Amino acid sequence: MKLLGIMFTMIFTDNYVLVKFLGICPFLGVSKKFDSCLGMTGAVTFVMTLASAATWAIYTYIMVPLELEYLSTIIFILVIAALVQFVEIVLKKYMKGLYNALGIYLPLITTNCAVLAVTLLNVDNNYNFLESLVDGFAAGIGFGVALILFCGVRKALEHAKPPKAFEGLPITLVAAALTSMTFMGFTGMAEKLFG
Amino acid sequence: MREKWKIFTNGFFKDNPVLIQLLGCCSVLALSVTVQGSLGMGVALTFVLACSNVVISLLRKVIPDKVRIPCFIVVIATFVTLVEMIVEAFLPDLYTSMGVFLALIVVNCIVLGRAEMFASKNGVLDSLLDGLGMGVGYTIVIVAMAAVRELIGSGTFWGLRIIPEGYQIGIVAQTPGGFLVFGIAIAVLVKINNRRGKEYKPEIGCEGCPLQCADKSECQKEEAK
Repeated sequence: MKLLGIMFTMIFTDNYVLVKFLGICPFLGVSKKFDSCLGMTGAVTFVMTLASAATWAIYTYIMVPLELEYLSTIIFILVIAALVQFVEIVLKKYMKGLYNALGIYLPLITTNCAVLAVTLLNVDNNYNFLESLVDGFAAGIGFGVALILFCGVRKALEHAKPPKAFEGLPITLVAAALTSMTFMGFTGMAEKLFG
Repeated sequence: MREKWKIFTNGFFKDNPVLIQLLGCCSVLALSVTVQGSLGMGVALTFVLACSNVVISLLRKVIPDKVRIPCFIVVIATFVTLVEMIVEAFLPDLYTSMGVFLALIVVNCIVLGRAEMFASKNGVLDSLLDGLGMGVGYTIVIVAMAAVRELIGSGTFWGLRIIPEGYQIGIVAQTPGGFLVFGIAIAVLVKINNRRGKEYKPEIGCEGCPLQCADKSECQKEEAK
């Protein structure tokens, strides 16, 4: 039940992009085309899940016994950077199809603030291994939900005629404001459902 | 002297990291809720930016080209950890209000972007001035946005009540307001530029990504598709 609660919270009530402002750059940058949305979602979910697992293990078995908790920012970002490189190499060698689909998005993920945030918040929330894993996975899915929803909004926006000063990025941001307003409707639902 | 001054003031308006280069939007949108908090974030980022620029500029001939991004990240993360500890020890309230975003300066596009675009190619003094200037530019934008959002959203300025209770528009201080105020700010900028007869079209594409220089070829491949 708690796992379901985490899942629901990360996808809807605490959606990383639309509620917590994490990972805005890829959100605005990649949401133009549906295909790239899917690719980015896949890559982010994959790396987030792996990073949650890896950082949980490193934190619990190495950093806590050695009392190195204060170094978590440095260590986690290095783990993520290494992990991304590693995943890229493995995919390139063994899974050509997946690499072609996700490859170009992988290097961009190191600096996606949502990934680092997931790992840091897992530690803050004292999640156990399974909870961290679910948290990372759900955060990725939540990112994808926001991205794909917004991709649809942008498609509709292409046919709109905003005032001249609003053309391009400004109207996209206003549309993002409206999209995030819909997610405010989920506020408090997680406590009611999974309390 | 004039040249140095130019490097310093470049980040204020002409090449502002947030409004013109569109970097580091996450923290600007998330933390521009109260003037106090945003000023704290601005100072923290300026400190990290200036320090990391100096160190990276000093190390620019030592760091091998292929692993420069991880090296930059380590340098930046060191200073971020330093700032985290200082803020947690001396300003615990600010630390709680900033939450995870203080640690996320590590992946802030501005810091990595300036390291890649400026500090790794220029001298120490120039890099220091560039870092300070960009930091001030970031602070100007985030504080200005926070002033608007705090005034309309909570009816206060620096915690002092200006608009009576019950007349504020709460949503401006929440997530949608962040996107909305930022969008309007950029629209105003476009309008001013158009008035002056200058063509300015902001766009977050690959240029919105901090690794654009590192992976330009990858980016162009994607654009070509």
